[in-house]
Amino acid sequence: MSRLSEPAQAALRRDPELTRRNAVPPSAADRAALEATWRDPPGLVGWLSAVNHKAIGLRFIVTAFGFFAAGGLLAALMRVQLARPNSTLIGPDLYNQVFTMHGTTMMFLFAVPVMQAMATYLVPLMLGARSIAFPRMNAFAYWIYLFGGLMLYGAFALNIGPDAGWFAYVPLAGPDYSPGKRVDFWAQMITFTELSGLLSAIILVTTIFKLRAVGMSLNRLPLFAWAMLVTSFMVMFAMPAVMLASTALIMDRLIGTHFYNPGDGGDALLWQHLFWFFGHPEVYFIFIPGLGFMSAIIATFARRPIFGYSAMVLALIATAFLSFGLWVHHMFATNLPELGKGFFTAMSLMIAIPSAVQIFCWIATLWTGRLNLKTPLLFALGFFAILVLGGLTGVMLGMVPLDLQVHDSYFVVAHLHYVLIGGAVFPLLGAVYYWFPKFSGRLMSERLGRWNFWLLFVGFNVAFFPMHLLGMRGMPRRVYTYPSGLGWDTPNLIATIGAVTIALSMLVLLFNLARSLRHGTPAGANPWGAGTLEWATASPPPAANFDALPVVHGREPLWQPWPQPTQVRGLAVRQREVLVTTVLDAQPDHRLVFPEPSIWPFVSALATTVLFIGSIFTPWAVVWGAIPVGIALSLWFWPKPGETERELMLEKSP
Amino acid sequence: MSRLRVVVGTLSIALGAAASMSGCEREQRRFDAPPVSRDGLASVQLGPTRAGPPASGASDPASAAASSTVADAGPSASASAVLGARNHDRNAFDVAQGKRLYRWFNCNGCHAAGGGSIGPALMDDQWRYGHEPPQIVATILQGRPNGMPSFAGRISTEQAAQLAAYVRSMSGQVREDVAPSRSDGLSTGAPELRRDRETPKLAGTP
Amino acid sequence: MKRRCRALAIALAAALPLAAFAAPDMTDAAGPQAAHILQLWRVTVLVCSAVFAAVLVALLWAVWRAPRGGADAPADVSGLMHGEPGPRRSVVLAVGVSSVLLLSLLLASVTTDRALAHLVLRDAIHIELTAHQWWWSARYDDPQPSRMFTTANELHIPVGRPVILTLNASDVIHSLWVPQLAGKKDLIPGRSATLTWRADRAGTYRGQCAEFCGAQHAWMALSVSADPPDQYEAWAAQQRAAAATPSESRTLRGQQVFLGASCVMCHNVSGTDAGAQHGPDLSHVGSRRTLAAGALPNDDAHLAAWITNPQAHKPGVNMPGTAFAPDDLQALVAYLRSLR
Repeated sequence: MSRLSEPAQAALRRDPELTRRNAVPPSAADRAALEATWRDPPGLVGWLSAVNHKAIGLRFIVTAFGFFAAGGLLAALMRVQLARPNSTLIGPDLYNQVFTMHGTTMMFLFAVPVMQAMATYLVPLMLGARSIAFPRMNAFAYWIYLFGGLMLYGAFALNIGPDAGWFAYVPLAGPDYSPGKRVDFWAQMITFTELSGLLSAIILVTTIFKLRAVGMSLNRLPLFAWAMLVTSFMVMFAMPAVMLASTALIMDRLIGTHFYNPGDGGDALLWQHLFWFFGHPEVYFIFIPGLGFMSAIIATFARRPIFGYSAMVLALIATAFLSFGLWVHHMFATNLPELGKGFFTAMSLMIAIPSAVQIFCWIATLWTGRLNLKTPLLFALGFFAILVLGGLTGVMLGMVPLDLQVHDSYFVVAHLHYVLIGGAVFPLLGAVYYWFPKFSGRLMSERLGRWNFWLLFVGFNVAFFPMHLLGMRGMPRRVYTYPSGLGWDTPNLIATIGAVTIALSMLVLLFNLARSLRHGTPAGANPWGAGTLEWATASPPPAANFDALPVVHGREPLWQPWPQPTQVRGLAVRQREVLVTTVLDAQPDHRLVFPEPSIWPFVSALATTVLFIGSIFTPWAVVWGAIPVGIALSLWFWPKPGETERELMLEKSP
Repeated sequence: MSRLRVVVGTLSIALGAAASMSGCEREQRRFDAPPVSRDGLASVQLGPTRAGPPASGASDPASAAASSTVADAGPSASASAVLGARNHDRNAFDVAQGKRLYRWFNCNGCHAAGGGSIGPALMDDQWRYGHEPPQIVATILQGRPNGMPSFAGRISTEQAAQLAAYVRSMSGQVREDVAPSRSDGLSTGAPELRRDRETPKLAGTP
Repeated sequence: MKRRCRALAIALAAALPLAAFAAPDMTDAAGPQAAHILQLWRVTVLVCSAVFAAVLVALLWAVWRAPRGGADAPADVSGLMHGEPGPRRSVVLAVGVSSVLLLSLLLASVTTDRALAHLVLRDAIHIELTAHQWWWSARYDDPQPSRMFTTANELHIPVGRPVILTLNASDVIHSLWVPQLAGKKDLIPGRSATLTWRADRAGTYRGQCAEFCGAQHAWMALSVSADPPDQYEAWAAQQRAAAATPSESRTLRGQQVFLGASCVMCHNVSGTDAGAQHGPDLSHVGSRRTLAAGALPNDDAHLAAWITNPQAHKPGVNMPGTAFAPDDLQALVAYLRSLR
């Protein structure tokens, strides 16, 4: 107390409730105080200053689905163009922009961010924490992602959309063959999304390691949290490769370096190595969280914990490690040495083993469980049919001789959609149906959910199965049209019909979401009878997540008997105090006061956006743009005496 | 709340749009240019006309010398149509095509990579026959005394305009975001977008 | 079977002028490389289908037989207290079987790799293929330089003799893929790759660029005709000869038009002053089945249309249109078609 200034001591004397701590069980006054402490401020400025992980998480999810819709519309345009041979609906220039934007949107602006978004919302709740780590950085990561995506679409609207493919191989994407700023906007979009992804990864790792409920040792961590932990580590190792690659590309294009110039000491293949060293793990950033969703859903709807927890965790970790050793399978058609390619075949086949472990453990869970056949479980079952087929075509593609035939053909288009839609989108939609009651307090319609599922399942297979045949019949990828008479006409038409069906299913989803928000049956705290901690609080959760932080004694806290103690007593309710626990055993380590909502993440993101967009046009933007960024960051981190004083009030002398 | 989101969203879009306002013109890829005219020099008009394109395809320095008085005449109506349709040196695709054509049509043979050898340097500030795009187009299509062949009837006005745009970029006349960067090959000098803008002067003036 | 396929191929070729190729189906192997890959394909599809069926059956059986319960049914946490030996055995067995199958596929893959690398290359034809945006140029090499010749967009190879292709790219990355003959190989600027083929069956096989290379990636086909050896020799001899000299007035006029127009800025016709290398070699263009790398059939009407306005057929291509007077155009077309 003696470290407090005089005004602070006076304030404390006037209002001793400033250091009120929660009781167990928490009283109504505790609840009210927590709500007032943790909620985001109102108004426009308040909305821009929000740092609550649920608010940021919801924005993130909505934005990602917005990009999903945009990418889907682009896909619809492509399918309409390809429905008939010799089509002149859209010309090659627009088509090249459309397919580039489709791939870029889905891979960079939807699939990875939506997983991080769901985790941003769910992981703290699942871990029994009040907040995600680094709340302001979390907000910054969201704004950067939003601005990067908007920049890309703004460019597309102005005919500066990238047109060299989502993978932008040089020399086509280099200065000689992609004039103008199209590829530069693409490369800078990478910088935006990779920065956002990297920051989210750091946040999730810190949250999962340090902000767990007391007693939630690592071997009691929910499988979804394990999936996000593993994914986040992968992100941290893989994203720097693509940031390096895209920066070198921008430098080649803007300054005149020769990284990728085969005529002057560079190498066109360097791009492919750097890009795919990131690119292959990237599909696992998308797939592994899907595996996490599967574990969460199957456990709840089979009324039992997932069989083989240790095997599941080890399988996730093995998948993550192995995924870094596969990248050359995207380059089998180049003139790299054949023996080296054989090594990558072995690795590509080997990674199927941990995935197989997971699948067999889930089947064992379903076999020995008690099934509640609701929509989330339907989507989880859809995963099996679709992902497994995609995984098997992946095994085919991993074998060099087979890949040499079907690489860069529609066979690969079929494969990638089977694994990404089956492995990520189906679990994601199942997760949406599963956790929507938690987000909104209302259940989604089961009937519409079944329509959604079946339309998507049937439409997906009708759309993408014929593409296997197209690839086997010689149709390459990324073509804006094709001649008739090669046996490609009918499968393309069927694929377009399937695409229309997929679009219909998405409309059903949209309708279901909109209607359920207003008229859905109110869900209680735990409508599915699930076992993890996010279901132990109200739906939607209060601003502080839990009235009193839980103490955990088993892997499925809500399914196992809860001996005392069950809740943490004594954390402040008038300040954003969190309990930090140890990494391995989640024993209490120390208490920490988290920052208040702040406008500076938004302002810093704006300044960073100006810097990034400016540096598309001139390297001097890096220099001059650093000034507002520096100012914004300084103001962000500037210590506020009032905050420090309030934190000091909470300190107890030994 | 949703209204605020609309406001913020619109602001963000406006920001991005403002930053790339010149995108449209720079990024257009127009694939519908008028064809190579078969009228030969007649389409480019001005000065002593030839009887028709040379049979062997080789240029004729003698007749080129005879048309030395055409230096100050501008291009014809059809050429003006091409040049007026858009500003080629504000279009990145055109400048890049010009760079490709410069290589293909062996401009290097006399002008090297801009430093000049048999022909005058193109990357400096000395211009004998004018530095504006129509004038450069006229130079390319009509030919000039002392060795510059006439390309009328051999290349389209569109191609000549693209070449002219590239030639202008060699001395930094083209905006930095439109000019080409380094090419895929041995470097022959600074990338065009890094070159300082030379102030064009009539050749011979100090 | 072979004769029937050939007859079918010929019938198709006659019936469909544009897609005058048989469908480029990788399961229609016409040579040992494609055959090795097809064999591996069949084994792999068999194994993978079996695994897929097994997983689906297990899943559907599990879903079928498991009792139902609602959200209020008590969760079974007994597995957390003690091990579950039954499911563990099944999972371990399934993983074991999967691993063995994967290992066998790996061995099959490596074996096929070796078979592909061991194509006998004695008495091979050497072709240097260069990919451009958006056409192919081919130079047939020979120990005697005078027997080398250059052509574009259409290859002829003798049945039964191996072909060694040296693959270069002049601008961006392309990829050569003729599914009925072999797997693909990328053509990367700055790198020289090699691909080896042999066609064991006569026919015309369609190839297409399989690496996105810009605006007209979709229309960059390569026609590969496998001819009986004597027919091949006749074709090669014809290609080696200089371009046909025009003999009658219309083709003579056509040659005049050709040499006086924009054509000579990019195209080569051997035996004339037209020697540029930026576009396909036209010395024997009349003998080709298609124009514009497979985009158009090679007949008078299409050739005239292509010359007048290439952008209408292949927007973005580097060739400008040329406005000829009708007589001149007819003469030019006649001349070019006479260059067999």
